[in-house]
Amino acid sequence: MIRLIDVYKEYDNGTKALKGVNMRIDDGEFVFLVGPSGSGKSTVIKLITGEIGATQGRLMVNGYNLNNIAPRQIPYMRRTLGIIFQDFRLIEKKTVYENLSFAMRAIGASPREVRRRIPYVLQLVGLEQKADRYPGQLSGGEQQRVAIARALVNNPSMIIADEPTGNLDPQRSLEIMMLLERINELGTTVLVVTHEKALVNRFTKRVVAIENGRIISDETGGYYNAEKI
Amino acid sequence: MPRKFDAGYYVSEGFHSIFTHGFMSFAAVCMIVACLLIMGSFSLLAVNLDHMLGDLESENEFLAYIDETYTEEEARSLQSEIEAVPNVSQAIFVTREEALTDFKEGRDSNPLLDSLDPEVLRDRFRIHVDDIEQLGQTVEAVEQVKGVANTSVALEIAQGFVLVRNIATGVALVLIGILVVVSLFIIANTIKLATFYRREEIAIMKMCGATNAFVQWPFVVEGLLLGLTGALVAFFVQWGIYQMVAQFIVKGNGLSLVTMISYPGMAKIILPVFCGTGALIGVGGSLLAIRKFLQV
Repeated sequence: MIRLIDVYKEYDNGTKALKGVNMRIDDGEFVFLVGPSGSGKSTVIKLITGEIGATQGRLMVNGYNLNNIAPRQIPYMRRTLGIIFQDFRLIEKKTVYENLSFAMRAIGASPREVRRRIPYVLQLVGLEQKADRYPGQLSGGEQQRVAIARALVNNPSMIIADEPTGNLDPQRSLEIMMLLERINELGTTVLVVTHEKALVNRFTKRVVAIENGRIISDETGGYYNAEKI
Repeated sequence: MPRKFDAGYYVSEGFHSIFTHGFMSFAAVCMIVACLLIMGSFSLLAVNLDHMLGDLESENEFLAYIDETYTEEEARSLQSEIEAVPNVSQAIFVTREEALTDFKEGRDSNPLLDSLDPEVLRDRFRIHVDDIEQLGQTVEAVEQVKGVANTSVALEIAQGFVLVRNIATGVALVLIGILVVVSLFIIANTIKLATFYRREEIAIMKMCGATNAFVQWPFVVEGLLLGLTGALVAFFVQWGIYQMVAQFIVKGNGLSLVTMISYPGMAKIILPVFCGTGALIGVGGSLLAIRKFLQV
């Protein structure tokens, strides 16, 4: 569960990225966070992942109070999250399998756990036949599936996808979104940050719209009303 | 259940990383070898210089003349008393006759010298000291011994030896100190380049929830292995260079004025020092280099 209560964020250069954001995402939800460039979407993600701290307000992420979290506790908080990036961020010199095992070993999983878990996750994202390929040998959609598999492999309670379809064509984007929907149906909370109106409106999900550092709409079963934003 | 300290993983990742980033590893080892060779060469120069000066020091002696009223037996009996003086390592008794023979040696035959009576000379002791720096005090103490009439000492020469040795040791220490700092800086930058190349990997690990220690350990292992490899290479290269220089000096040193300590004789000191310095530079460089990238 994520809770942002009256959160403000002002960067060192004076930019006021968030101006009193209130948001609550419960376990098992699927939420789109939408808004134009510079609206504050990325700042929300950085706050949730502990990359930056809030200037004011309260933040809770999966039971961790980020207002007074000790730096050494941040890695443990991050283990409850699976993060997907627009540019995939796969390690080119490692195979699909190695990219996933790298993420598991990073949190101290044993080789046995790695061998048991990876085939299951690869099957979930439909890449069981491509475990030995390198990222450069895969299409953009497949690379994003690997990134999703990597986010899932440590069994997080929440997936955060930051513009996951930004580098993909509409068909691949739809496939990725359907995969995230399926992951959500299996019980994982999903937060997707995007500005792709058509894609958001194909799914009947909760849509939180942010502009100028403020939440301007939050509608369950809503849609991305670009004119309103 | 996640394990807290996965030594096998750190070692295997450290090893793997050395080969994955082959060129950077090669550059880092070359740097460590170069630094250790420079430091090693200066140290060996200092040690040999110290050794040679030590030899010269041990040959440095002063003379204590015995009162001419003492018979030879009485003069000889002073030996134990002189040797009891602090810092005196050896006192060799020289009779008047021996002194005269020594005096005549190397001089052309001369009727004046031939007719010289040994009685004009005094019995004497040739006295060697342990520490040439305390020569002045030792001479004073020997002069206090009853029966010693006078002493003859080349104090300026002795002080010259001490000065040369102190300067050589000081210069070597300063140079070694500077080189250690320079090496650390170079290695830190070399490893920083390798770390920069892998900043994405580190960022991914951190995003997955890896602790700082988990991210650091493979780099520490890598730095340690690079440091030890560099140390071993430097040890053998240094050996080769030293032998070459030693042979060159022996060939051009007909009078054997310069003596060098054998490398194998110093190996049990050089190898641990090289390994320790290499490990310190490697690990220190790794930790310095990675610090910045952990703040994700």
